[in-house]
Amino acid sequence: MKTIIILGGGTAGSIMANRLHNKLDADEWQIKVIDKDPLHYYQPGFLFVPFGVYEPGDIVKNKIDFLPKDVEFLVEEADKIVPSENRIYLKSGVMCSYDILIIATGAEIVPEETPGLKGELWQKDIFDFYTLEGATLLAEKLKNWEGGKLVISLAESTIKCPVAPLEFTFLADAYFTEKGMREKVDIFYVTPLSGAFTKPRATKMLSSLLEEKNVMVIPDFYTEHVDNERKMLVSYDQKEVPFDLLVSIPVNKGSELIEKSHLGDEDGLNFVPTDKYSLQSKGFKNIFVIGDATNLPASKAGSVAHFEADILTENVLSYIEGKPLEAKFDGHANCFIETGFGKASLIDFNYDTEPLPGKFPYPVVGPMGLLKVNRQNHWGKLAFKWVYWHMLITGKNLPIPSHMSMAGKEVPAELLN
Amino acid sequence: METINAIPLATNAEGYLKNYNEWTKEWAEEVAAQYGITLTEKHWDVLQWLRQKQAEDVKLNIRKVGNSGIVDIKQFYELFPGGPLKISSKIAGIPKPVSCI
Ligand SMILES: Cc1cc2nc3c(=O)[nH]c(=O)nc-3n(C[C@H](O)[C@H](O)[C@H](O)COP(=O)(O)OP(=O)(O)OC[C@H]3O[C@@H](n4cnc5c(N)ncnc54)[C@H](O)[C@@H]3O)c2cc1C
Repeated sequence: MKTIIILGGGTAGSIMANRLHNKLDADEWQIKVIDKDPLHYYQPGFLFVPFGVYEPGDIVKNKIDFLPKDVEFLVEEADKIVPSENRIYLKSGVMCSYDILIIATGAEIVPEETPGLKGELWQKDIFDFYTLEGATLLAEKLKNWEGGKLVISLAESTIKCPVAPLEFTFLADAYFTEKGMREKVDIFYVTPLSGAFTKPRATKMLSSLLEEKNVMVIPDFYTEHVDNERKMLVSYDQKEVPFDLLVSIPVNKGSELIEKSHLGDEDGLNFVPTDKYSLQSKGFKNIFVIGDATNLPASKAGSVAHFEADILTENVLSYIEGKPLEAKFDGHANCFIETGFGKASLIDFNYDTEPLPGKFPYPVVGPMGLLKVNRQNHWGKLAFKWVYWHMLITGKNLPIPSHMSMAGKEVPAELLN
Repeated sequence: METINAIPLATNAEGYLKNYNEWTKEWAEEVAAQYGITLTEKHWDVLQWLRQKQAEDVKLNIRKVGNSGIVDIKQFYELFPGGPLKISSKIAGIPKPVSCI
């Protein structure tokens, strides 16, 4: 009997457990999932919690309910991976051996990385919405807030769901408008990037939306610390942005376990160097990495984890059979961008193709529109919750292929050569 | 940057050197001057480190420079004010760093 360990039973880990369970011979392979938390969070739902749209109960379920019955599920925190021994040491002192390891430990916020962020004002005037706790406390705060300077600030450029802070900003604009107090709120979007987003056409579309909604963008602002006394964000080059209410997306890092296991990338963010096509770890042939835990130049998103799972399943099977790893991930990401007032936009892109305008998933009929703002996209975004719980994490096939398709995309003339 | 280099090397529209191997110190000094930077020993250490990482095909970000042991992030900003990674990459003759999301 051989063992595959899937470390982390969140989005990517659940999909892989279900996929591999369907493909592997149960007499030959045992699948184990290890996760420190018995609960599965629908993280895209965190976005809506501050505005009272979702209650915590809508977005939290038990992990075990989404795993196949004969997959062993251990609720334990892993302390360290020792690749030379093919072993994982758990915090409880237990040790697990593997033949193949799939790292799916995700990314988490680490406010401690930015001096002053988790200071006196933390969860008083400074909040996050990347955790259920943060989003819930922020909902309370927004209910009674009387207005002032609302600053949304990204501490680092590598974050999960890179569009979520923009969506928060759009929803905040709509929320205060609907409460009849938008004129009492000045909204600032502070980012270390040179613009609202990284890819040119999407940035253009999103920047004009921000302008339309009267949001001030402060680009190239790399936060060094937060001055609690003066309620001020301070950058490495001594620029300052004052706030009354700060909604921060703190530094996102991979699991501490990656650092302890010396498996992380040089920037110290604990993401695992991974082959961007095969998803095999760069260090060890029998270790694969999926989802937010990788250092791939792709978005950290649930949709990405889903597309990666198609590729990784094929490559793990090839690896077991001693064949070359031929399935190649193309960096495909598909993200809805909630823009407020019952509308949303949608972007679909990969390593080589930036988000382009068009229709999705079918040419001409859509029904969703790429780089457009409309109601169909908003319904798509809301439907994603159902799809997530009922299809995505249980590894069912979605009607979207894992490789990005050009069908329905309008390619601008200057890109055709 | 509109200035025309006295030492003409092929660059892209944004002024990033096309061929890593053509880079010379004189060219670097000239590009630095366009940003009002006079290159000191510390600057050269950073530039050499960037070039070495590029040769190793390492994807760069500000944090990696901050962990290089040569400068911390604050010093990096002091050496190349404005957009340290973008500016230092240009001077070092390596491609413009891309945000990958
Ligand atoms: C606010 C917000 C909005 C988002 N919106 C969207 C969206 O609209 N669309 C979209 O596609 N994506 C969205 N995402 C991103 C998406 O949720 C993640 O990309 C996705 O969940 C990543 O899956 P993962 O399996 O890599 O990580 P996770 O789902 O986070 O799972 C990681 C698991 O590893 C476990 N773990 C970590 N360390 C250890 C350890 N040492 N020992 C044991 N277990 C460990 C954790 O407990 C966790 O269960 C959003 C995220 C946030 C925060």
